[in-house]
Amino acid sequence: MKNRLKVLRAERDWTQAQLAAELEVSRQTINAIEKGKFDPSLPLAFKAARLFGLSIEEIFQDEATP
Amino acid sequence: MNDSKADGDDRAANSNRNTTRLKIWTAAWVMTTAIAAFGAKLVWDFAPLPTIGAQFLNLGAGVGMIIATCRYVQGLDELQQMIFLQAGAITLGVGLVVGLSYDLLEDVRLIAFEPEISHLVMLMCLTFLLATIVGHWRYR
Repeated sequence: MKNRLKVLRAERDWTQAQLAAELEVSRQTINAIEKGKFDPSLPLAFKAARLFGLSIEEIFQDEATP
Repeated sequence: MNDSKADGDDRAANSNRNTTRLKIWTAAWVMTTAIAAFGAKLVWDFAPLPTIGAQFLNLGAGVGMIIATCRYVQGLDELQQMIFLQAGAITLGVGLVVGLSYDLLEDVRLIAFEPEISHLVMLMCLTFLLATIVGHWRYR
């Protein structure tokens, strides 16, 4: 699954640690999600969407989707 | 983002508290295991009452350690929980497969000594440690 987490974070000038604290996860988890190594759960994806004021689809995209 | 530092501090504090609790219960369990194992032989000469007491103390500390482990895992985030779960599954598999094979070695007379449970515990500890390190390395 692709995601725009790194771009959205950079636009707001947030560090991985700040985003991790906001989403109540570890910095390692944010790093793994940004690198596409780990797909977040639905509750965490909703939390990220709420934080950025976007829909889940605007942050996370299925790799198969053109 | 104003509360993010507070959220992060809360999470770190909670994680530290769970880790400390687990360390204390693990130390208590190790100590009570040593008391249960060596006390009867070296201190109270196999007297039944202290022996039974030491066994119950050891069991109680073990239950405490299990509860502390559950709380520790609940305090982890989803990636850390997944790494913990995978390491646990690998350890269970290795423990079961190698443990049974190891036990069989004496029955089929491939080894002359009696298999020790402590060897299996050491193998499981090393397996869990290695699987956890590899898990963190994979998602670094």
